[in-house]
Amino acid sequence: MTKERATAATVEFEHVSKVYGPAPARPHSGAGQTPTPGAVNDLSLSIPAGKICVLVGPSGCGKTTSLKMVNRLIEPTSGRILLGGVDAASRDVTELRRGIGYVIQQTGLFPHQTIIENVGTVPRLLGWPAARVKERSEELLGLVGLDPARYAGRFPGQLSGGERQRVGVARALAADPPIMLMDEPFGAVDPIVRERLQHEFLRLQEELAKTILFVTHDIDEAIRMGDLVAVFEQGGRVAQYGTPTELLANPASDFVARFVGADRGLKRLSLSRISEVELRPAVVGRIGEPAGPAGKRAAADPFPYLLLVDAADRPVGWVRDLDIPGDGVLTEAMAIPMSPLLSGQTTLKDALSMMLDADVHTGIVVDRDGRLKGLVTTDLIGAFLQSHGSVSPLAGSQAGS
Amino acid sequence: MIDWGWIGDHLGAILSRTIQHLELAAIAVLFGFAISFALAVLVQSRRSTYPLISGFAGLLYTIPSLAVFAALVSVTGLTIYTAEIPLIMYTLVILVRNIVAGFDATPGDVLDAADGMGYNRRERFQRIVLPLSVPLMVAGLRLASVSTIGLVTITATLGDSFGGLGFFIFEGYHRFFPTEILTGAVPSILLAIAIDLILVRVQRRLTPWASSQPPSRPTFEQIVVGPAGGPTG
Repeated sequence: MTKERATAATVEFEHVSKVYGPAPARPHSGAGQTPTPGAVNDLSLSIPAGKICVLVGPSGCGKTTSLKMVNRLIEPTSGRILLGGVDAASRDVTELRRGIGYVIQQTGLFPHQTIIENVGTVPRLLGWPAARVKERSEELLGLVGLDPARYAGRFPGQLSGGERQRVGVARALAADPPIMLMDEPFGAVDPIVRERLQHEFLRLQEELAKTILFVTHDIDEAIRMGDLVAVFEQGGRVAQYGTPTELLANPASDFVARFVGADRGLKRLSLSRISEVELRPAVVGRIGEPAGPAGKRAAADPFPYLLLVDAADRPVGWVRDLDIPGDGVLTEAMAIPMSPLLSGQTTLKDALSMMLDADVHTGIVVDRDGRLKGLVTTDLIGAFLQSHGSVSPLAGSQAGS
Repeated sequence: MIDWGWIGDHLGAILSRTIQHLELAAIAVLFGFAISFALAVLVQSRRSTYPLISGFAGLLYTIPSLAVFAALVSVTGLTIYTAEIPLIMYTLVILVRNIVAGFDATPGDVLDAADGMGYNRRERFQRIVLPLSVPLMVAGLRLASVSTIGLVTITATLGDSFGGLGFFIFEGYHRFFPTEILTGAVPSILLAIAIDLILVRVQRRLTPWASSQPPSRPTFEQIVVGPAGGPTG
């Protein structure tokens, strides 16, 4: 076996079908063409190496079946699946599975094994020396944001749902597989934790660049996670396969249009991030700085506020220019509550939502360390959307301003 | 009321009868467990055998012990086989059902994950299914031990060389001597309670994960008990 580090491999479905059992003969109907749940009908999909492909659709549409045919937990009735160009059916099944990461909704963590034992499952099966298994498992726990010193010796039952999902991801990554299968991996946690896990996973994927098949029934998750999205419809057919932008801008059928939702214009907001928008510089005053000159600077700018930052450039709050005293220094006590803090990773949708919630038109953008990068306004977001994309997300929705 | 002097005079006999009692019960439970385990493994690979095995074990449980003794004496004589065969027989219904339930207790997502990680069938059984079946297996062992310790007394009907503490119960009964009856009955009850408590501790030792995780403990519905109404003399 070649041990070279394969970061990703292509996955190709070629006319793959899965038929469940012979349809029971019905006396009063001819050929029973009702699709059985989970069946897959002539699926052809090509997933480039290093991309996340989301399989999305209503339940019973065959998306999980398609996923499980990749690691042969389900064998296709016909057609073939090529992994890195090699027919999956031609490979030894346990060896194949050990080379594919697998994450499922209910986590499937082994309740009687500690977290570190769980993470080391596949390396152990592959016969790695114990010391290397331990080292790798600890590294992975760190990677998914769980401190090995705290978590290694615990049992899955002692963890929260979100922590268990992280362990599930770490376990799937343990042997550095080129392909990952994720079946609603964040489905069992509450929406807030889910969103955090999604963001973290996307950041992880930027470094890992695995080929990922990701099943969900949640179109928002599909749009957020997918480089490519395959929309399944009943009967195990793919109604449309393309990038999220294509799907939202040009749904191929009524079914796809209904499935992505009437608010697909707004959904496009979630495809762009603050980092793509040109920010506006803020008028800044630092705590301890003489108030007089700072007040003059603020007054000279059309925006009537001064942004107060601390010594490390971290925003503290706004000061209204009229409230800045003529002498003395700027103090923290002058600051009034802040606009929402946004990062470059925040989607435009989330940014707008946060700004609306806070009843402001300006968001403060900070970097990873919390240092000020600039300001974003609703106007800037509107201008960005107009200059990008063929369909204006606000067109037809009578955006009152 | 109680003749303490008699008890004091017979401490040696009480001790040796207690040991005999434990031996008779231990042999029955160990053999019963071995047979049941093998049957449960068979059920794992051939599910269709389960109704037959479970039904047969249930049927054995309904045969009165005195009838079995009487039938066996003509075959195996007044030997330990005659004493142990019925005792073993009665453990099967409890143990088979509990071990099978234990093997079935592995959650579906855990099996799915184990397969997806690349365990083969044997590895999956040994490293996942078997350890996870321990709580229900021990639950079965507890029931089987307690009921067997009770049943051992009946082997006293086979003669003085059997019966464990049951010897005192039978002899005391024939002599209308309550002290001796209690000398047999009370320690055998204490024995049953002690073994039960020991097995609870053993289970805690074997399943460190379960103490931290209430949901994985066997729930009341999961503990399979034998059919109502036990074998009687």
